Amino acid sequence: MIQHVNVKVFAESPEGVDRSAALEVFQRWIRESVCEELLIDVVDYGHVPAGPGTVLVGHEANYSLDNGGNRLGLLYNRKAPLEASAEQNLAQALRAALGACRRLEQEPEFEGRLRFGPAHEIEITINDRALAPNTDDTFVSLRPAIESALAVVYGAAEFALERRGDARERLRIGVHAGK
Amino acid sequence: MKASNGLWRERLVGAMPPELAQEIDVFENELALRKRGKLDEALIAETRLRRGVYGQRYDNGQRHDGRATRKLAYPEDKPTKGPQTLWDAPGMQRIKIPFGGLTARQLETLAEIAEEYSDGIAHVTTRQDIQLHFVHIEDTPSIMRRLAAVGITTREACGNTVRNVTACPVAGVCRTQIFDVTPYAKALAYFLLGHPDAQAFGRKFKISFSGCCEEACGLAHMHDFGAIAVERDLDGKRKRGFELWVGGGLGAVPQPARLFTEFLPEEELLPVAQAMARVFARLGEKKNRNTARLKFLVSKLGIDEFRRLVAEERASLPFDKRWTEYLEHVERAGEPRLKPPSLLQIEGAASGEFTRWAATNVYPQRQRSYSTVTVTLPLGDITADQLRALAAIARRFIADTIRTTVEQNMVLRWVSDGDLPEVHAALQAAGLATPGAGTILDVAACPGTDTCKLGIASSRGLAAELRTRLATRAFQLDEAVQNLRIKISGCFNSCGQHHVADLGFYGVSRKKGDYAVPHFQVVLGGQWRGNAASYGLAVGAVPSKRVPEVVDRITGRYVGERARGESFQAFIARIGKAECRRTLEDLMEVPPHDADPSFYRDWGDPREFTIGDLGAGECAGVVVPAVEFQLAACEREVFEAQLKLEKAGIEAAAGQAYESMLHGAAALLRHRDVPFGGSPDEIVRTFRTELVETRLFWDPFRGGALSNYFFKAHEHARSVHNEEAAHQLIEEAQLFIEACHACYASMATVGVG
Repeated sequence: MIQHVNVKVFAESPEGVDRSAALEVFQRWIRESVCEELLIDVVDYGHVPAGPGTVLVGHEANYSLDNGGNRLGLLYNRKAPLEASAEQNLAQALRAALGACRRLEQEPEFEGRLRFGPAHEIEITINDRALAPNTDDTFVSLRPAIESALAVVYGAAEFALERRGDARERLRIGVHAGK
Repeated sequence: MKASNGLWRERLVGAMPPELAQEIDVFENELALRKRGKLDEALIAETRLRRGVYGQRYDNGQRHDGRATRKLAYPEDKPTKGPQTLWDAPGMQRIKIPFGGLTARQLETLAEIAEEYSDGIAHVTTRQDIQLHFVHIEDTPSIMRRLAAVGITTREACGNTVRNVTACPVAGVCRTQIFDVTPYAKALAYFLLGHPDAQAFGRKFKISFSGCCEEACGLAHMHDFGAIAVERDLDGKRKRGFELWVGGGLGAVPQPARLFTEFLPEEELLPVAQAMARVFARLGEKKNRNTARLKFLVSKLGIDEFRRLVAEERASLPFDKRWTEYLEHVERAGEPRLKPPSLLQIEGAASGEFTRWAATNVYPQRQRSYSTVTVTLPLGDITADQLRALAAIARRFIADTIRTTVEQNMVLRWVSDGDLPEVHAALQAAGLATPGAGTILDVAACPGTDTCKLGIASSRGLAAELRTRLATRAFQLDEAVQNLRIKISGCFNSCGQHHVADLGFYGVSRKKGDYAVPHFQVVLGGQWRGNAASYGLAVGAVPSKRVPEVVDRITGRYVGERARGESFQAFIARIGKAECRRTLEDLMEVPPHDADPSFYRDWGDPREFTIGDLGAGECAGVVVPAVEFQLAACEREVFEAQLKLEKAGIEAAAGQAYESMLHGAAALLRHRDVPFGGSPDEIVRTFRTELVETRLFWDPFRGGALSNYFFKAHEHARSVHNEEAAHQLIEEAQLFIEACHACYASMATVGVG
């Protein structure tokens, strides 16, 4: 069973984004309980190059304005297991990530500069090496569930999957949407 | 929390050293017992602390959101994992790294667990440990198993134990060392790990090793047990030993260590440490944790009496071959090196970036044409990707000679000089080539209000701000200022080691009208070198937001007014505390809230400041008498016997149940200080005469029936059991252990034992 799905949605034109604004925004998200998860605290790793950025720590999941790989994006990290199929778990993480993106785009502190765009690039990581070893076999076996979950996001638009990273990393799959 | 915890349990069988595997199984069973309500709250707290599983801010289920304190609505069907500590609240996992030594494989494992169980960051502490934050307690056994599979333990990383044994990160390659202290640090760390004589302290016990007395090295003077390498000529032979300092410590009441002996021969290192542990366990304060560190015992007794007691204890110790057997393997030739020595080529060193980095981050080793490279980690933080990159760099250029440092960095030892430009380029690609190691830019900070329950102000927020500001003008700073050190603690407990910094700061709170204002107490002129030779002067508290101005003003005065060759410490001592305070007086003012609300928020935290999130400290947990630990272990053994009856077979279950009774009886005898031999026959005999015949172990309704269960189990220990008999034995063992608890409680009530 696939659990602990991570979804990163990359930001468009991240150069003009005031990343420090995420501190205020995420604190407000806690205050207003805007997510379905229990939100606990905000941690700032802005000082770490290519790091986790600003992390909104939750009980069931974390949200972060992540700068891993020196690429700004919204990262949803599902921590609590769900009693559902692989496809449903993937769909849940995608929904949560994209919902957070839409909300971030509206936050006034970002002054309209944080955009995720309609043809976004997504990266899916399975954050558990025991459940999903980073192998071709795992990728092949997961592919139908990923495609099925992504079909809900992209509708009729085409998309391509690409396995990323070296063998020491977690299973990481890039998703590029077609025009 | 992780769905894969069961998989790791199965997958790593046989991959871990057996003693670590067993230790982790024990802990996992203790967690299971707590979830069933069968292990006391204080016991589970101290039990997890002894495995490095620490509490974290807001784990009492409350958090101030900037306007009001609100409840964090965790699921309510769980037990606590300590007093006022909710089961599901994230916590911290501290990982002991003795003398900071790491391998490439270990870095990769740390990367894996940081991203799978934590927030993707591994944090290097001021004691060469690694910490992971926001970890769920139910994942900790998996973390421990994965670490154990690469030779790392978290055992005794927290709690009232011997903490991580630290050592100079350049030991063995240092130009000023007397000899390499690494094998001694390693031997003592593993000798005392889990040692029975080091389990009943009232507080933690910190050990460090230094290769020389002039440099900062192991910071011997701020340790409970600080050993500095020395050599002497004895009987015409050069003999290794240690200048031993004891009873030092920072904390709220800093105290420099006292000289225990000018020369402790190397073969006496382990037995004297063991004897000292016994004295500390026997005579150290247990009830008031504020006066329970060794420094208070040494002060109370006086160093001469303390020395006499340790010598007396040493003389009574039964011989242990481990005291000296490691000396045969002390590798005097040093560590493995991957590359042959080579010279740095001028063309490779031409770039300005390389030159700036090399000036602060490359240390030429005592071995010609080799260098140690410091990897500067901002605030001690390194990402999982960076850990993997560093592992790859280490494999390419060195032979597993990586260490963490107490300045929250890592070092790569044995880099062949000709490789330095390539190492720099590889580090640069990984975002790990920041220059400024060991300079004013290299600010050290404890976790503070980011994650610590005791944090008052944001030490990391301030450290990040100072780093950013200083970095913009790093190379315009006067050289005398560049070489100063800044260290920041979130409260007076000194985890950031502010007392031994040139410019130290610790978090405090001040009231202004109806508001709380984050402040930092300014501590000036502490001495890092000379093994933390002296502590700084507290000159007053300034609002957090004005600390950058404090740094500018004090360093400005130093540059402008210092005498030729005058050190910062000498300058501060010369102008005095009153003048230092006068210099900062206007910066101590706080504008009204309406005029500048930014003063009422801390660095990196937009919430209105409050101290309402402070929690109870877990630094040492609570003091749990050894007998309670031992009886809790017996309960766990009975529980394991039940599991074995289902899975491993009847005889294994019966054997385990019998063992639990033996251990319960032995625990009570130990508690009464009754000498007894280690064999089962001797335990039974002594138990009968000392506890049953004296009617100390006596049930008011059932008389001696419960002890008879034990005697019967002993009598039939070698018999073959059927399932029914094994089941009955387990039931009787459970009753016997409960009777042991009752006996202990009764002894405590009547003052016996």
